[in-house]
Amino acid sequence: MIPEFGQFALALAFTIALVLGILPLVGAVRGDSAWMSLARPAAQGQLVFVAIAFGCLTYAFVTNDFTVAYVANNSNSKLPLVYRIAGVWGGHEGSLLLWMLMLSLWMVAVTVFSRYLPEEMVARVLGVMGLVSVGFLAFMLFTSNPFDRLLPAPPDGRDLNPLLQDPGMVLHPPMLYMGYVGFSVAFAFAIAALISGRLDAAWARWSRPWTTVAWAFLTLGIALGSAWAYYELGWGGWWFWDPVENSSFMPWLIGTALIHSLAVTEKRGSFRSWTVLLAIFTFAFSLLGTFLVRSGVLTSVHAFASDPRRGIFILGFLALVIGGSLALFAWRTSRVGLGGSFDLVSRESMLLTNNVLLAVACGSVMLGTLYPLVLEVLGLGKISVGSPYFDTVFVPLMAPALFLMGVGPIARWKKASLPELAVRLRWAFAVSLAAALLLPFTLGSWKPLVSFGLMLALWIVAASAVSLRDRVRHAATGGNAWRRLTGTSRTFYGMVLAHVGMAVFVVGVTLVKGYESEKDVRMETGDTVEIGGYTFRFDGVAQVAGPNYKAARATMQVTKNGKSVVTLYPEKRIYAVQPNPMTEAAIDPGFTRDLYVALGDELNPTTWVVRVHHKPFVSWIWGGWLLMALGGLLAASDRRYRVAARGRREEQYAAAARGPQTVPASVKANA
Amino acid sequence: MKPRHKRLAMIAVGVAALGVTAVLVLGAFQKNLVFFFTPTQVAANEAPQGRAFRIGGLVEPGSVKRRPDGVTVQFAVTDTAKSIPVLYRGVLPDLFREGKGVVTQGRLGPDGVFQASEVLAKHDENYMPPEAAEAVRQAQAANQKAVQTLVTNPAPGDKR
Repeated sequence: MIPEFGQFALALAFTIALVLGILPLVGAVRGDSAWMSLARPAAQGQLVFVAIAFGCLTYAFVTNDFTVAYVANNSNSKLPLVYRIAGVWGGHEGSLLLWMLMLSLWMVAVTVFSRYLPEEMVARVLGVMGLVSVGFLAFMLFTSNPFDRLLPAPPDGRDLNPLLQDPGMVLHPPMLYMGYVGFSVAFAFAIAALISGRLDAAWARWSRPWTTVAWAFLTLGIALGSAWAYYELGWGGWWFWDPVENSSFMPWLIGTALIHSLAVTEKRGSFRSWTVLLAIFTFAFSLLGTFLVRSGVLTSVHAFASDPRRGIFILGFLALVIGGSLALFAWRTSRVGLGGSFDLVSRESMLLTNNVLLAVACGSVMLGTLYPLVLEVLGLGKISVGSPYFDTVFVPLMAPALFLMGVGPIARWKKASLPELAVRLRWAFAVSLAAALLLPFTLGSWKPLVSFGLMLALWIVAASAVSLRDRVRHAATGGNAWRRLTGTSRTFYGMVLAHVGMAVFVVGVTLVKGYESEKDVRMETGDTVEIGGYTFRFDGVAQVAGPNYKAARATMQVTKNGKSVVTLYPEKRIYAVQPNPMTEAAIDPGFTRDLYVALGDELNPTTWVVRVHHKPFVSWIWGGWLLMALGGLLAASDRRYRVAARGRREEQYAAAARGPQTVPASVKANA
Repeated sequence: MKPRHKRLAMIAVGVAALGVTAVLVLGAFQKNLVFFFTPTQVAANEAPQGRAFRIGGLVEPGSVKRRPDGVTVQFAVTDTAKSIPVLYRGVLPDLFREGKGVVTQGRLGPDGVFQASEVLAKHDENYMPPEAAEAVRQAQAANQKAVQTLVTNPAPGDKR
C-alpha cells in the first residue's frame, strides 16, 4: 500500500511539474501576473509530493519490504539501519528520486530567497526548473520506477553492494547531487535571462550566490568521494581517473569556469554570451554525470543497450536540454551585447585565459571518458584510457592556470600594466621560488617536479597575501586595521580562502606523487617491514564477527625509532549475502603523513601478503578541497547578495557596475 | 594599437594557444591509448610488442602459482580457445579467482609471458568484466564446441 502511495505521489508531482513548466512561462510572455504567481505554490507543492514519494521509498527500505523490486535488489534484512536508509540511493532508480528531491529543495529555496526579484524572473526561473522536473519525473515514471513490485516477493533482499556499506555512502551521493542539481538554478537563471533578453549585471549577481553554493557542494561531494575511494578500495590511491570520477569532475571544471566568468559579468558586464554558454554546459555535464554513473552504461554498454528505452530517453532528454538551450542562445544572443572592452593585459583577459584552460581541461577529460564508450557502441573495438593520459594533459594545462591564479586578483580590470604587476609581485615571486628550491631538501631528495609544484602553490599563497594586504590597505571603510579587515567583503575573503585551498591541494598532490612509497610483502607472524622510516610488525590474524559479515583481522604494530606509533587493524571481510572478500584497509591519518595497511591474500593461516603505504601529506589533498568549499560558502554568504537584492536599486547598481572599477593605485612607495 | 588590432592580436594568440593545446592533448591521447586483445589474438601475434595493452578472459583453473617470495604470481588467462601466461607482482584484487573473469594490463615479454602491471576484477560474484566476457564470447563464436556457459549480470549499483 505504501509503495503505491509513493507512486501516486510521484504521478501527482509530475502533473504539478507540468503545470509549473508551462503556465508561469506562458504567463511571463503574456504579462499575466495570475499565471506567473502560480510558480511559487506549484514549486512548493512539487516538493511536498516528491518528499512524500521519497519518504515512502525510505519506509519500504526501513521495513524491509522486499515486494518492491528496487528494495529487494539493494537491501537485506541484516543490513544495519543506516545503510538501509542510504540504500535508498544505492541504485539507479533511487538515485533519480534523490536527484528529484534535491531539485525540488533547490526550487523551494529559490521561492524563499527570491522575494525581491521581479515576478517575471521568478516565474521564468521556476518554470525552467519545472521543465527539468518534468523530464526527470517522466524518466522515473516510464522507465525507472523505484516502486515497481516484485511478486512473488523473495524471502530476503540481494543486499547493498558491500563496497557501498560505508559512511561515505551516507554523505557522498547527497553532497554530490546537491552540487549537480544546484547548477540547475544557474542554468534556469541563464535560460530565463535569455528568454527575457536581459543578460545584465543584475542577472549575474542574482545567479552568482546560487552557482557558488552549488559549486561548493560539488567540491565537497568530490572530496568525499575521493577520500572514500582512498580508504575503501584498498589501493591507496585518491584519484583513479575512472569514468565515474571523471563524470563528477567535468561539471566541476566547467562550474569553476562559470563562477569566475559570472564575476566578470557582474563587475564589468563582459563575457555575457560566454557566461550563458558555461551555465548551459555546466548543467549539461551535471546531467551527463548523473546518467553515466547511474544508468549502468559504464559497467556494460551491452547491458545498457539491451534495455534501449532508458538509453533513448536519456539521449533524447540530453539532446533536448542542450539543443534547446543552444538554439535559444543562437536566437537571442544578438540582443546580448558585448559589455565592457578590455586590454590584452587585464584582469578580464587573465580570467578569460583561465576559463579557456578549464574548458580545455574539461574537454580533454571528456575525450578520455567518452571516446572508449563511443568506439564500443559503434563496434570499433575496445580501448581504455588510463591515468597516464590525464596526468600528461593536466600538468601543462593547469600550471599556467595556477600561475594566473596568483596574478589575476591583483591585476586591474580593463587595463593592467605588466611592469607594475611585476613590481607588486616581485617579493611574492622571489619568496616562492627560493622556498620551492630549498624545501624539497628538508623532505629527503630534490626533485624538479616537486620543486615546480611547490613553487606554484607557494606563489598562489604569497600572491594572495599581497592582494589581501593591498585590499585591506585601500579599504573604503578607512579607520584602523581591524575596521579595514572587517570592512572587506566576504566574497573577497571567500576567493582568497578558495585559492589558498587550491594551493594546499597542490602541495598535497605534489608531495604524495613525489615521495610516496609502497611495498607488497609476504609476512609471517612476527615479521617486520620498514617503509618511510616506520617499522610495521605483523602480529597475526584473528577472526572477528561484524553485524552482517565475518572478518579476518590482522594486528600491525607500527614503531618509529623504537617508539610505538600506533596499532593498525586491517581486515579482510566476507559479507553474508554477497559472499565476496572485501579488503578493509587500516589507516593512521596524520597532518604530514598517512600510514596505510591493506591485507592481500592468505597464503597460510599465519602468512599473508600485506601491502603497506607511506603517504606524505596526502590529507592535504582533501584539506585543500575542504578549504575551497568553505571559501565558496563564505563568498556566497556575502551581505551584498542579500542587502542589494532589496528595493529597486537593481538598475542603478547594474549601471554603476558597468563603469570602471577603482582599484588600489600603485603601491610602489610601499614595496 | 588600435582596438581592431588589439582584438586581432587577442584572437591570434587565442587560436595559436588552442592549436598548441589541441596538438598536446591529442598527442598524449594517442600515446596513451590502451587497446584490448583476446588471448586468441595475442597467440596469433596480433598484439603489439613493446606497448602496453590489455587482455581479458578467465583465469585458467589450476594455473595460479605463487613464487617463493609470496608476492609474485603466475597464472594463465584463457578465452577457452587459447591461453596466455601472465606474471604479476603485487596484491591481487579481492575477486581474483580461478575460473572467474579477469582483465589485466601490461606488456608482452619476448618470452611470450605477459608482464602485468595491473590486474582488474570487479566487485560482484556474478559480474564478469565486459572485456573478459567479450573475449570468451569471441572465442566461442569461433569455436562452437563451447565448453563453458557464461553468466553476465552486471550490477547497476556497482560504484566502479
